[in-house]
Amino acid sequence: MTDFLSLQRSIPLTKSIAIRKTWRRSLQMVGTTEFAVAKHSDYTGAKIGMWLFLFTELLLFGGMFVLYSVYRYKYAHDFHIAAYELNQLMGAINTVILLTSSLTMALSIAALQRANRKLSNIFLIITIVLGVLFLVNKYFEWSAKIEHGIYPNSPLLARSFNNGETLFFGLYYAMTGLHGLHVVIGIGILTFMLYFINRQPTTQFAIEPAQVDELRGSQLKIEDRQGRKLWDGATIGNSVRRISITFKHYATDETFDRTNITKLENSGLYWHLVDIIWIFLFPLFYLIT
Amino acid sequence: MAHDAAIATTHPVSFLEERGRFTGILSWIFSTDHKRIGILYLFSMLAMFLVGATFAFLMRLELIAPGKTIIEPQTYNSFFTLHGVIMIFLFIIPSIPAAFGNFFLPIQIGAKDVAFPRLNLLSWWLYISGAALAIYSLVSGAAPADTGWTFYAPYSIRTGTNVSLTVFAAFVLGFSSILTGVNFITTIHRMRAPGMGWFKMPLFQWALYATGWIQIIATPIVGITLLLVIFERAFGIGVFDPTKGGDPILYQHLFWIYSHPAVYIMILPGMGVISEMIPVFARRTIFGYKFIAFSSLAIAFFGSLVWGHHMFVSGQSYTADVVFSLLTFLVAIPSAIKVFNWVATLYKGSIELESPMLFSLAFIFLFSIGGLTGLMQGALAVNVHIHDTSFIVGHFHYVMFGGTGFAFFGALHYWFPKMFGKMYNRKLAKIAWGFMFVGFNTLYFPLLVIGWMGMPRRYYDYLPQFHTGHLISTIGSWILITGILLVLYNLGRALIKGEKAGQNPWGGATLEWQTSTPPPLENFEKIPEVNRDPYDFRGIAVQ
Repeated sequence: MTDFLSLQRSIPLTKSIAIRKTWRRSLQMVGTTEFAVAKHSDYTGAKIGMWLFLFTELLLFGGMFVLYSVYRYKYAHDFHIAAYELNQLMGAINTVILLTSSLTMALSIAALQRANRKLSNIFLIITIVLGVLFLVNKYFEWSAKIEHGIYPNSPLLARSFNNGETLFFGLYYAMTGLHGLHVVIGIGILTFMLYFINRQPTTQFAIEPAQVDELRGSQLKIEDRQGRKLWDGATIGNSVRRISITFKHYATDETFDRTNITKLENSGLYWHLVDIIWIFLFPLFYLIT
Repeated sequence: MAHDAAIATTHPVSFLEERGRFTGILSWIFSTDHKRIGILYLFSMLAMFLVGATFAFLMRLELIAPGKTIIEPQTYNSFFTLHGVIMIFLFIIPSIPAAFGNFFLPIQIGAKDVAFPRLNLLSWWLYISGAALAIYSLVSGAAPADTGWTFYAPYSIRTGTNVSLTVFAAFVLGFSSILTGVNFITTIHRMRAPGMGWFKMPLFQWALYATGWIQIIATPIVGITLLLVIFERAFGIGVFDPTKGGDPILYQHLFWIYSHPAVYIMILPGMGVISEMIPVFARRTIFGYKFIAFSSLAIAFFGSLVWGHHMFVSGQSYTADVVFSLLTFLVAIPSAIKVFNWVATLYKGSIELESPMLFSLAFIFLFSIGGLTGLMQGALAVNVHIHDTSFIVGHFHYVMFGGTGFAFFGALHYWFPKMFGKMYNRKLAKIAWGFMFVGFNTLYFPLLVIGWMGMPRRYYDYLPQFHTGHLISTIGSWILITGILLVLYNLGRALIKGEKAGQNPWGGATLEWQTSTPPPLENFEKIPEVNRDPYDFRGIAVQ
């Protein structure tokens, strides 16, 4: 009597594990159950999902770029004048910061792909720090503007700027603000990844009470595929109600998990998206004067 | 992680009985099982549908006679706004894809779950958060929003009512819709069972696939537009405010770039379930499988290019008017292809008039009226005459309620036995359908007539010559409500003490009828090998 239970559960190990439980009733072998632990992680599926999501992000900003183009066309001269108010040096510094952070992001992924977790961690931390630096810079830039009385609905804008300039600054705050929000979310994701790629995940299987009854008096053993004994467990007594088997994956650099890399790659894609949006914002607001 | 262990026994345990990590309500609201999430959506949507219907019922009651009847004008404005927001964003956009799509998408392609189960649960949580925000916006702030569900600028950025919160609710709901779309498309691409080629998929899958693409492509645009309305109200950035040089027509463009494709998000899944039900109850294979499949994609494509027909009188250029009018006529072609194929499927079939079939036939009839009145509006000169009249209201409800709504209730009757393992009173279901069909036409047909005569939409009061039409319409609303309540009573009763449903009560050939009722946790005892067409009824027995 053999039944196969297939457990759809991603096991962060490169090889699958087979647990064979053998039970005896009146000293006679009755049956073997094999838990075939199927490794379920669809690399391509995860990538498709992420790219589709990035596509929606592009369209989200796309709506604002449409607004920008329409008003730039309608108020070309005003946009030209208003752009002089922005600090090109600050913008340039922030561009360098973000571009560098994209580089360190890519290096962090490359390090993890080569199973060098320590190096990956270092680059990831540098990426996060650069992201924070970008925001600090942005903070000073915005507060300087606000101090000069240039912000949406400000009395100064209404009094001494004309419509095109007002719209320029309205769009400037909306677009860089939304971009800044994406940087904040990106930093959050990368911080989570920092925890994620370093944690020791566990996998747990539970045997339901109904099945435990069937197993009473039997002994729990773990063998590998070749039948080599890995572990001999205790006999299941009458007091046992529920059994669960837990694996702790102390991932070494060699057995590092592929699904972690997928997650880091997807986070990297998001970070590059945030970067590329800035690549368009910088010339549109700071450079075209 | 305890629920990951599937225990194989001789009698498959259904997903309703499966014990996971939690019990009670928690086992539902934290479940990543696509079937449980589908049912969560179903119940939350039906609740929102009843709220939206109540607003509609009260509005119709107000319009039974000229002058004030039961509510104040301002209340009336809030009612039609909230009726629109709730019915569009909380009921009809998620209705078929989120409830039945979630439940049957993986089963029909032979998968164990969707590609991203946790993301799926997040979608539902976002939906519930959006619903809570929408309801909260009713009772908080100065007054409920009174802009209409379109939130047209500049009124929406000026009015003192609670627009920001309602708009934010719509934004959150849009996010939920996007995640569902991403999930469905990835699932259909990656998780089809062995042998399930693209042209072996049930047509419902093609409809969901096309819908998923519209959700992904169109929803972000309305997302940013709604955010900008909030920015306008909070900070006054000026992009839609004419006093600061902004352009309100741009708002309309950005709004309809999403909201016109959104009507295809609403109708395509409805067409998908009709394509499932017609062959089953005609006992004939579907006529023109590939045409129906590709017409879904064609509708998604052309439907994304016609938004300007909402703005023929808003002041966009005449060239744009002509182009959008032409494209509007083009989008009718794939819709007509579907209708002709359904009718051709019925031809020489042995038709069984079970309640799902009655709803399907009603769909074809009502959707045809809705579609043809839509074509009339696509013509530029006619559009000027009937713009912003109750003709539009009639047309829209013929498509959305007569189409999607009837498809939704048809799907509910079709799949109810599979989802819950219980069978309802079939005779009562047909009677309820009769009430709905008669009530629907009595309610909306007069609106087409008085709209043509010049009755404006969204008006609180009207001239005496429109009285008869409004009176008939209001009486129709009572018949319709009776039908809906009968449906809910019948299904509710079946849930509690309905007789046990068999594995395949209608004799369907798609995969959901090949698994036990209700389906087990991972849908199938073992992943099926697909080697037959979805509408090949040879050897399929009713059981």
